[in-house]
Amino acid sequence: MNSALKSNNGAGIDFGRALKDGVIVAIIAFALLGPLVGLKTDQNMSNELILQNRLGLAAVLSAIVGIGRFLLSAFVYPWVAARGNRTKAAATLAELEARAKFAKGLSVTGLIFLFVYPILIISLFGVQGSIKWVDNYGVQILIYVMLGWGLNIVIGLAGLLDLGYVAFYAVGAYSYSLLAINFHLSFWVLLPVAGLLAAFWGVILGFPVLRLRGDYLAIVTLAFGEIIRLVLINWKDFSGGSAGISSIPKVTMFGIYSFDVSAPNNFAKAFHLAASSAYYKVFLYYLILLLALLTAFITMRLRRLPIGRAWEALREDEVACRSLGINTTNTKLTAFAIGAMFGGFAGSFFAARQGFVSPESFIFMESAVIVAIVVLGGMGSMIGVALAAVAMIGGTELLRELDFLKKVFGNDFNPDQYRMLLFGLAMVIIMVWKPRGFVSARQPTAFLFKRKTVSGDLVKEGHG
Amino acid sequence: MSAADSRPLLTVRGVKTYYGNIIALKGVDVDVHQGEIVTLIGANGAGKSTLMMTICGNPRAREGSIVYDGQEITRLPTHEIARLRIAQSPEGRRIFPRMTVLENLQMGSSIDKMEFFDTDVQYMFDLFPRLKERINQRGGTLSGGEQQMLAIARALMARPKLLMLDEPSLGLAPLIVKQIFDAIRELNKRDGLTVFLVEQNAFHALKLAHRGYVMVNGVITMSGSGRELLENPEVRAAYLEGGAH
Repeated sequence: MNSALKSNNGAGIDFGRALKDGVIVAIIAFALLGPLVGLKTDQNMSNELILQNRLGLAAVLSAIVGIGRFLLSAFVYPWVAARGNRTKAAATLAELEARAKFAKGLSVTGLIFLFVYPILIISLFGVQGSIKWVDNYGVQILIYVMLGWGLNIVIGLAGLLDLGYVAFYAVGAYSYSLLAINFHLSFWVLLPVAGLLAAFWGVILGFPVLRLRGDYLAIVTLAFGEIIRLVLINWKDFSGGSAGISSIPKVTMFGIYSFDVSAPNNFAKAFHLAASSAYYKVFLYYLILLLALLTAFITMRLRRLPIGRAWEALREDEVACRSLGINTTNTKLTAFAIGAMFGGFAGSFFAARQGFVSPESFIFMESAVIVAIVVLGGMGSMIGVALAAVAMIGGTELLRELDFLKKVFGNDFNPDQYRMLLFGLAMVIIMVWKPRGFVSARQPTAFLFKRKTVSGDLVKEGHG
Repeated sequence: MSAADSRPLLTVRGVKTYYGNIIALKGVDVDVHQGEIVTLIGANGAGKSTLMMTICGNPRAREGSIVYDGQEITRLPTHEIARLRIAQSPEGRRIFPRMTVLENLQMGSSIDKMEFFDTDVQYMFDLFPRLKERINQRGGTLSGGEQQMLAIARALMARPKLLMLDEPSLGLAPLIVKQIFDAIRELNKRDGLTVFLVEQNAFHALKLAHRGYVMVNGVITMSGSGRELLENPEVRAAYLEGGAH
């Protein structure tokens, strides 16, 4: 508080105090880390216990802690305090509209970027070098954007905390895999089938949980996700058990071109290009992009329809909903079904992309990541969820790139192993900073002043 | 005194409601006629709100019958009862806090699939001009009185034949209470709207109502015209002590 006042009065940041804080914390950290990290017992070749001296590493870690504390004291705490002091006026209509305009600008720019992204990457890294960027970053993130948007219908709009969403992802993936292998149907036929089957399972899950809310709903849905996974593991005749299903057919370009190397209508051959899997990846990228945009488009349309309004009202107050004549049973079931349907679409895409599915891909961790994306993004916000997916999934991928850290922490250091730790930290920080997610302001779906039927005298007054 | 015609819109006969094993209503008889304002007064925990909720089917009556407009509604689910044009402004207002005033009103007219929304919303603004000023504000940011107005307006958007209000005066300043009661009176006079009003604020409620019921421990102990009850010494002693406020 003190330092905040000082910085507000123009006295600047109290660097002296921050430095003192940093040094003291670094010393404390070294006192702790010195014995814990600095000294390591190990066995040598003749099985003797030896003591390894790693005081250097302890010093590096202590320095990081000290610098972190310095940054906290110098910048973060005064900023947080200043934020607390700031009085926030209620948003006026003009502000709301400006915000909506900004969000629209952001989405349009983002959309253009998403469409040119593969072209940009190919021109930067070449055809072969683009694979990593298009596949690991582009496709991977977009799958989670789509899953996040699908789950957003259930959690963000209808307010039903579903911790078993990955079950529908699994239903979609296995539907496509099994039907494609056993009945030789094309992806384009099976995509809607997988969506419908997932929606069907959404309704199956919906019925027993109709009367549950909050924590209890979360537990049952979590169990449902595990049941689906355990059935897939144990029903070996049906699903191949934990060995999974392999050689799942690839997506074709509407049957005209194939991406199978041996096929006569192979895409690269048809266009006399050098054989590369990059074309398939780019195709997959655009496919998942369109699927995700379909999800977004349908969700945005639904929000303006009675069913979407009913979902949001259900999230706010179930009793009031009923007394306004809304059938909450149907409302919940449609939310589960439509959310699950998008999970099913994403699942069948996932199966076609991987060419291999096993129950390993549908563990609870996946559900947790998708829920984290929705919560982190701000429940109900499409842009927020997309940003959170980029941060969470892109962040995971980025950690693989941090090889330079090995120079600091030694060659055994694998940043990938720390990703859950870092995620936890990032989520705590973000939840402290923005407790309701990246985009917490809910966009109203209706403005009276844009309606034609309203007389002119209303327009002049009444700006909340 | 009564401006009502004799046709009963709502007939409650021998209704018993339980919460688990605890009996909350021990056989209640209430009549509400077309075009009447009927109030139900009583102390905390007498079962007033329970009766109102039972009429709406949540919780359901275990015994007895509720007949509305010639139709037995005792076993109907809440949303179907609401679709018979029984609108309710429940206790604690229960507006949708993150939705704007306009969206709250839209939810009210969802029974008719928004068919009459544009005309009805203008009517609500005439009735409660404050809501017009707050039209794009989120429900949760409104003051208590405005929220109550919104709750009533939202109920009215459903074009009800019977409007049930649970303690509309709860926690509101006297001036706001007067505004809200004036609005109820106007609705009744102008449109002949039937109102069933559950209140603790006995003085105002009885002054407004054509008829009243007094409930004690899940039983109706007294009934009569509003004025009769106002002048009744027992009612005065129990509910109007401290005079008009």
